[in-house]
Amino acid sequence: MSNTLFDNIWDRHVVKSISEGLDVIYIDQHFIHEVTSPQAFDGVRKRGVGVFRPSRCLATADHNVPTINQSEPIKDPESAKQVASLEKNCKEYGIELYSMGHENQGIVHIIGPDLGITQPGMTIVCGDSHTSTHGAFGAIAFGIGTSQVEQVLASQCLVLNRPKTLKIEVNGSLKPGVTAKDVILYIISQLGTEGATGYFVEYAGDVFRNFSMDERMTVCNMSIEMGARGGMVGIDQTTIDYVTERASISDKKINNWLALNSSEDSQFDRVIYFEGENISPMVTCGTAPDTGINLNAKIGSSKHLSDKALKYMKFDSADLISEQKIDYVFIGSCTNGRIEDLRAVAKIVEGKTKADHVNVWVVPGSMKVRAQAVEEGLDKIFAAAGFEFREPGCSACLAMNDDKIPAGSLCVSTSNRNFEGRQGPGARTILASPLTAAASAITGKVTNPTTIMEFA
Amino acid sequence: MKINSIAIPLPIDNIDTDQIIPARFLKQVDKNGYGQNLFYNWRFNEDGDVKESFELNKPERAGAEILVAGNNFGCGSSREHAAWAVAGFGIKAVVSSQFADIFKGNAYNNGILPVEVNPSTLEKIIEAITKKPETRIAVDLEKQEIAISEIDLKENFEISPFKKECLLNGVDETEYLINLKDAIEAYERKVATE
Repeated sequence: MSNTLFDNIWDRHVVKSISEGLDVIYIDQHFIHEVTSPQAFDGVRKRGVGVFRPSRCLATADHNVPTINQSEPIKDPESAKQVASLEKNCKEYGIELYSMGHENQGIVHIIGPDLGITQPGMTIVCGDSHTSTHGAFGAIAFGIGTSQVEQVLASQCLVLNRPKTLKIEVNGSLKPGVTAKDVILYIISQLGTEGATGYFVEYAGDVFRNFSMDERMTVCNMSIEMGARGGMVGIDQTTIDYVTERASISDKKINNWLALNSSEDSQFDRVIYFEGENISPMVTCGTAPDTGINLNAKIGSSKHLSDKALKYMKFDSADLISEQKIDYVFIGSCTNGRIEDLRAVAKIVEGKTKADHVNVWVVPGSMKVRAQAVEEGLDKIFAAAGFEFREPGCSACLAMNDDKIPAGSLCVSTSNRNFEGRQGPGARTILASPLTAAASAITGKVTNPTTIMEFA
Repeated sequence: MKINSIAIPLPIDNIDTDQIIPARFLKQVDKNGYGQNLFYNWRFNEDGDVKESFELNKPERAGAEILVAGNNFGCGSSREHAAWAVAGFGIKAVVSSQFADIFKGNAYNNGILPVEVNPSTLEKIIEAITKKPETRIAVDLEKQEIAISEIDLKENFEISPFKKECLLNGVDETEYLINLKDAIEAYERKVATE
């Protein structure tokens, strides 16, 4: 019986074992952003210890930043203060920072991988629950609270309970129009928002093996939405190719990474199997990410839809989700703000225009993603379609900046959470893939992308 | 750590951290003042008026130090601001049948006790405090016990010995880690040679 990938990485990072299942774990990489770090920096300052390993930290401003006119000062004084505070703290403690205007700035979970900083076998944390994104590289990556941010700043370590392991295997092939986002929305709809609480997930099977790194990141990103501590994918040639294109890695190191992988006889605490053929394009219909249903279904077919959610969404359970008229489309976030997402959107909208009544925001995940999209001419396709192509940031995923969906408006969003008020007070959110979001922008109602796509 | 208090029932499953503290209130650079915005979208109307019918606003719940919530409390974002808001409102223990992992950790780190009970026990507690708001709940960390004497309810709850020690004896986890400096540096040297 061999260990799982999770066990292998965990065991290599134990600095001290406190008791059965409780360890002091060394953190290889700490990502930092402006919202969850100011109090942590204050903490280490008050303790007089400073930052233990600044070279293992990387910071960016993403949650608060405007997505238009980023070259101008932030108008909201509170947001401006948080970003200024991050700049001051990083300067004081010698931490690399990609703040507004820097060519490497972007959403923390987009830039880490894209800059070659996220690597297999690492332990990675950030004061942000979607840190699970980095697990796509075969890393243990998870979100932490601000007290823990302070602990990592002070000691590069955390006191952690060892989670249980859960393997989710999806085999077979996917139908046309079914993306990584649909796969993870499907899994969450099956498990529920608390279905994986206490577990660390490994995604295995053909479907994930055949995914690109961008697609694997979309899947791992939403692990937290079913309660999991994090999610990871085994290390293979796809992983190695992505990382070696961005960082110089020795053959010895690559071999060490590959040796970390789970094997056929690795023992997980729990294993769940799904078939790829059973997955259709998915959208959510309630106020939790587990309310995913396929695009041909009635709203009431979601087994996790509460009456409270139905009322908030102003839906009738007997109606088809695809009949719903929409007001906004948001394409972006750490879930779907990468270059492959923008390419997929451009492919479907090229030569088409958005419905008149819909506002469409395309927010790239980083300055690099934006530059790449411009280089490929995607910006022109968006402009011709009537989509607003903005500057990078978290934007309308959590609406901390001005990108708020007005109360009562219905938004098809490629982000990760449809909680009440998540995109602004009273905003109603439908989570979807970039393809579904793009198709819906064109028709003005929730739309199955396969109805307007041509497949090669 | 002993708490003996009336409680606020919030029998809604999957209360996420965006409800506990909406993102637009995360813009401070200190830990103060979040209590006034706890459950803001549920506590206040769009024009800022108090929603009288919401449990947190009812006069009979004033001064409660215990919140009793539906399953999977604190799911979603890692924002510790949620724990600061709960603590800032004066809550010292949250009772539920399950807590989301990150919130649970954040709660401990802010001296809030997450008390996990059986789903059937949770139902009984919610029924008791809903029927009679003056019902007092007793939580005893040392004994790891939650009790309502009026309805003869008594149940033990789990907590890791380390977290219990931290809460009971005021052990600061961060200081603990800082004091491990030699072991951490030894680990770094070991890894560097691999």
